[in-house]
Amino acid sequence: MKTMLNVALPKGRLGEKVYAMFEKAGYPCPSIKEVNRKLIFENEECGVRYFWVKPSDVAIYVERGAADIGVAGKDILLEYEPDIYELLDMKFGKCRMAVAAKKDFRDDTSRTLRVATKFSNIARQYYLSKGRDIDIIHLNGSIEIAPILGLSDVIVDIVETGTTLKENDLEVFDTIVPISARFIANKSSYKFKSEAIDALVSDLEKLVED
Amino acid sequence: MTSNLPLKANENIIFSLRALYNSYGYSHYKMSKFEEYDLYSKNKDFLVSDSVITFTDTNGKLMALKPDVTLSIVKNTKDTDKAIEKLYYNENVYRVSKSTHTFKEIMQAGLECIGDVDDYCIFEVLSLALKSLFTISENSVLDISNLAVLKQVVDYIGIPDSERADVIRCIGEKNLHELSQKCKELGIPEEKFNILKGIVSLHGTPKKVFPKAEELLKGTGCDEIIENFKKIATALPNQQAVNVDFSVVDNVHYYNGIVFKGFIQGVPNSVLSGGQYDKLLKKMKLKKSAIGFAVYLDMLELLNTNNNDYDVDTVLVYDSETTFSEIEAQTEILRMKGSVLALCQLPKNIRCRKIVTVKKGEVISIENNA
Repeated sequence: MKTMLNVALPKGRLGEKVYAMFEKAGYPCPSIKEVNRKLIFENEECGVRYFWVKPSDVAIYVERGAADIGVAGKDILLEYEPDIYELLDMKFGKCRMAVAAKKDFRDDTSRTLRVATKFSNIARQYYLSKGRDIDIIHLNGSIEIAPILGLSDVIVDIVETGTTLKENDLEVFDTIVPISARFIANKSSYKFKSEAIDALVSDLEKLVED
Repeated sequence: MTSNLPLKANENIIFSLRALYNSYGYSHYKMSKFEEYDLYSKNKDFLVSDSVITFTDTNGKLMALKPDVTLSIVKNTKDTDKAIEKLYYNENVYRVSKSTHTFKEIMQAGLECIGDVDDYCIFEVLSLALKSLFTISENSVLDISNLAVLKQVVDYIGIPDSERADVIRCIGEKNLHELSQKCKELGIPEEKFNILKGIVSLHGTPKKVFPKAEELLKGTGCDEIIENFKKIATALPNQQAVNVDFSVVDNVHYYNGIVFKGFIQGVPNSVLSGGQYDKLLKKMKLKKSAIGFAVYLDMLELLNTNNNDYDVDTVLVYDSETTFSEIEAQTEILRMKGSVLALCQLPKNIRCRKIVTVKKGEVISIENNA
């Protein structure tokens, strides 16, 4: 019997792109395109079982072994630091983790910097490496509004095109790290399904565009 | 029928592991739940999590609930005049769970070999690690690596000290794309990067990996280490379950030489972890060497697939006119076929195979749910 790989796909545009790549690499599952409320899709012949999960949950599904493999943004991996293998940079979903503030912002190093972010761990580590004392304000969305309303001095967030920042009179002051989609695998699953996972990585690698 | 044996799967495993370690002449080491906090504050890097539960003892000393067993064993055996101490333990440790950020009690079983550790000792500990895994499940894999090989390769390639932690992280994640990026930034020539790439990509049985590793590492100064590593790895039993994988890079500040991790199919994380920790002994100013491992018994709950569908086999419902001896007589018969819960009223939401109703000492109805 063919080894079945449980694949966690991130819901949304990124996930659709990921599936298209898996399909092109020889792991199709036509039922995934049917419009219904099903969550799990299987193609026994190709040895894959796909399921859609919230993008920020992909790493949890993989780390906890509910999925053998998955595709997650590097931002999520840096924030949650899951104990997984990161086997391939898919080189799409590209953006960057950046520090942004109001255009007239001047960093007053004599006082604590107030940082609003959804990515507390990334922000903490970044400022720790700079030896800067910060106060993290953890927000769950609409981060851009924080410096405008005076809630924070800067924000640490994902910047794709910079349009939202520009429209809100904000600009990027520093890039922390470039982000893209990564192929990840559960460490234990890799021990028992390494042949199937290595074959899949190798098939996908051929399709990765620089 | 619900099992008549009250032992859970991991309780049985503990007994089997103790018998195994005992049969190899290891002595049981029982320790107190508490340790002076000072021991952990001096060796924080050795601990899996920074946080420790502390309290002030009646004599004013700051104490801690053990977050780790190895440190205590090393501390308490350092004055021994024996050439070698072979000890095993079965203890609870208290650590912060990475997912909930709260303290968790974790049951560990493991062994330590401290003193004049020779190659046979290393082989024996690795064999026992394998046998421990097979005690739990036949679908097991023992990943083994050698930090001395990695250190030599990283030295040979010329990775500066400031970048080593990041390079080691990439190796642990099998993250070749970031490793490649890093080497490019550091101006490391392609042929040297290819050695690192080759070693991180290698994994498989000793028979498969060593010929490739020998070829790949020619001229890097690893010959002797690889030769010795091969001698130990190829002599291990269950060769199919031995996986040489250089991405096992746990705590390079304390471990040196051979390190290993055990995996069981169906459990998402490693259930066994260990290695040679001469660096820890050196830090504690001991001229000895050591190797040991721990089995994380709490992880094995995930393996226990024998879900009981029923709370109890039979519920016997009696009325006020039934005497104690009549109830006892009825339950005695029923107990021969499984567990019996005797009650005056049927509880809500109980899952049982059979409900027996007794009135005035007589069985008036038997309802089968199975």
